[in-house]
Amino acid sequence: MAEFKKADSMLEWFDQRLGVVNFVKVMMTEYWIPKNINFLWAMGVLLTVLFTFLVVSGIFLLMYYKPDVNMAFDSVNYTIMQEVAYGWLFRHIHAVGASVVFLVIYIHMFTGIYYGSYKKGREMIWVSGMLLFMLFSAEGFSGYMLPWGQMSYWAAYVITEIFGGIPVIGDELVVWIRGNFYVSDSTLTRFFMLHVLLIPLAIIGAIVFHFYALRFPHVNNEEGEFFDFDEEAKKYLAGNKKESKVVPFWPVFLSKDFFVLGFFMLFFFYLVFFHYNFAMDPVNFDKADGLKTPAHIYPEWYFLWSYEVLRGFFFEIAGVSGKDLGLMAFGFANAIFLVLPWLDRSPMVKPANQRPYFKYWFWFLMADLIVLTVYGKLPPTGANAWVGFASSMTFLALFIALPFITKAEAKKVGGK
Amino acid sequence: MKEFKILAVIAALVGITYYGIEPYAHHIMHPEVAPADFSFKTLKNVDTTLAGNAENGKVLVEANCIACHAIDKAGYPAIMPNADAAASYGVVPPDLSSSGRIYDKNYLANFIFDPVSAMHLEGKYTPESGKQFPMPAYNWMSPQEIMDIVAYLQSVTPKVTEGKETNKATFEAACGRCHDMKYAGIQATTPKDNLKAYMGATPPDLSQYIKSRGEHYLHSFVNDPQVLLHGTSMPRVGLTEKAQEEVIAYMEEIGDSKKAERESLGIWVMLYTFVFAILAYLWKRKIWSEVH
Ligand code: HEC
Ligand code: HEC
Ligand code: HEM
Repeated sequence: MAEFKKADSMLEWFDQRLGVVNFVKVMMTEYWIPKNINFLWAMGVLLTVLFTFLVVSGIFLLMYYKPDVNMAFDSVNYTIMQEVAYGWLFRHIHAVGASVVFLVIYIHMFTGIYYGSYKKGREMIWVSGMLLFMLFSAEGFSGYMLPWGQMSYWAAYVITEIFGGIPVIGDELVVWIRGNFYVSDSTLTRFFMLHVLLIPLAIIGAIVFHFYALRFPHVNNEEGEFFDFDEEAKKYLAGNKKESKVVPFWPVFLSKDFFVLGFFMLFFFYLVFFHYNFAMDPVNFDKADGLKTPAHIYPEWYFLWSYEVLRGFFFEIAGVSGKDLGLMAFGFANAIFLVLPWLDRSPMVKPANQRPYFKYWFWFLMADLIVLTVYGKLPPTGANAWVGFASSMTFLALFIALPFITKAEAKKVGGK
Repeated sequence: MKEFKILAVIAALVGITYYGIEPYAHHIMHPEVAPADFSFKTLKNVDTTLAGNAENGKVLVEANCIACHAIDKAGYPAIMPNADAAASYGVVPPDLSSSGRIYDKNYLANFIFDPVSAMHLEGKYTPESGKQFPMPAYNWMSPQEIMDIVAYLQSVTPKVTEGKETNKATFEAACGRCHDMKYAGIQATTPKDNLKAYMGATPPDLSQYIKSRGEHYLHSFVNDPQVLLHGTSMPRVGLTEKAQEEVIAYMEEIGDSKKAERESLGIWVMLYTFVFAILAYLWKRKIWSEVH
């Protein structure tokens, strides 16, 4: 064992044992972030904070929630919402937080796409981010089932049914997921386990991995500029703070994030207290009833775009049924963002608006996703079904065209 | 400046999406319906301008109504226990003590004249169905006699003060023969099995309906269920606007009991967050002034 001399201060005592001084340097005061960034770079910290809110409020809910089909609904809507002191507050924070986390994830993702932060060394940041997106989707879906309302039940029914379309193993897979032939108590208890234990653990792991993946390539900046971080850090440490292109994570970067966080929280709490129906669907305040199909079944808003890709194919093409086509398109839509770094063949790391072809692709994609989201909620009848079909096709076409568009862009800009 | 531009773009994209999936989708899935009619003006069988004679009404009520209905406040208790009444009539006939207050006068007169048409249940009680509404139609009475009954029912109605007790009493009188309010410990006076047989559908527990349906829907639905749920067996109950407000207020007291706490706490939390945001902004300005 190393020789320990008597510590003169508490800090020193801990430093001897845990190396805290160095740790704080590496993680905070000498973790370098480009200076040239806007508030969109605060989304990651917002997500971290929202995830913390979700964990804390979730723990409070867990103290009173009962994962049993006969008790779940009342344990949420009576015990938590009306009996327990401030139980309603925790539920509102949890439900609204779960919805808003997706809003911020989407902003975060599309910021990454807009600024090209997924390529040229940043591929693993992107992949770990997509992993987080998938885990959050699973978390959102499993959590929505827990209050055991009508929408919990029927969304669970419809979404688990999707797996039945997978060839050969489909039917058995559905039973395996549900733990029964229909959505039932066994489905509720297993989704409860996933929601409160397995997926959160995986998310925490994925967040650590995401942060680690940021370490070597460093975060991107507003102009997509590449520079020598060590060089710039030296300047900063030497006191040339104004000249240096970097700032330390603490306190400089975080001071800006806190400011963004403050105003974001104002918006968030407004939603929590006064405008929460978008996150807590009124239909879900009717208790689950397997014999009474609601007039309209739709998933939470953040799944609507991919749900619409699934529904968009409603007729047979070349002998393949609409259902199978929809399922294939749905699989494509959910997997395609993962390989985005390899679909973009242009070397440019620049904001989309400075890229000659990519900018059209980007804004087309945004418009298409909004159309898909809106039509994903509307009843798929008449003209709506055709809008769904057209926007689903557009979605597929956009991703199939991306390698060609970006290749052409690469040629045009010539390796810049 | 640039950051404001970015914020505006995001706000626009989020705003369009929000508009599409909330107000617009809601408007498509739940089209507006005709406004609630609290004067029940389509009911015209009885001339309600006639002044009723409560004395005479009392005689008529004793002869015709108390065989089935209790009027507790006027000293007529129920003839039989609820279970027996439900077995005899399908549903427990409501106590009429507050009927003179909670039901609209025009509705009440026309209901006595012909319950089925007043309740908008012609679809259920067609001649072919062979079903008979348990309460007889008093269309053989003269309009004057009917108005006498109405005058009597109005005269026995106890004076009430606004508040929780009244809201609850109105709910029990108007809806309590069919609906539970589980979160308030209220069970329908009619047993479930009888209700299912009588109505063809089990009336739901209304504990959370203020949340699942909302005030706007209830406002139209309770006034005339057929408008929003065509073919439903739930009758139009004919409440005055005031009584209906009391019922809905009660549903809110039970279903959303923390509303007041939520709204007052919300203001404080937002104020607190605002102060945090301002301090964070000042701190950021200070820190960044060194690096810019
Ligand atoms: C005679 C029995 C009866 C009475 C009295 C009655 N209801 Fe109902 N109610 C029903 C039945 C039966 C249903 C189920 C209807 C269906 O599913 O078609 C129902 C359904 C409802 C619904 C659900 C509607 C929906 O959208 O699904 C509400 C809300 C409601 N009643 C409110 C009330 C209120 C408030 C009162 C008192 C003012 C009341 N009811 C009085 C029998 C009754
Ligand atoms: C044979 C039994 C019977 C007799 C006699 C009878 N009723 Fe009824 N009445 C009922 C039943 C049963 C109901 C509940 C029906 C339902 O909700 O479907 C009812 C309901 C009512 C209601 C509630 C209406 C509403 O909109 O909710 C009123 C008011 C009423 N009766 C008044 C009277 C009056 C006044 C008389 C005498 C003139 C009378 N009843 C005679 C059985 C009877
Ligand atoms: C709850 C989940 C997530 C958390 C907590 C999180 C957190 C963070 C943090 C703190 C940063 C650094 C600061 C910033 O640029 O914002 C970051 C960067 C990044 N994240 Fe995430 N993230 C999450 C999900 C995602 C998802 C779903 C994606 C998309 C697939 C993603 C892609 C990226 C990318 C590409 C960067 C680098 C940005 C740049 O270099 O400019 N992240 N993330």
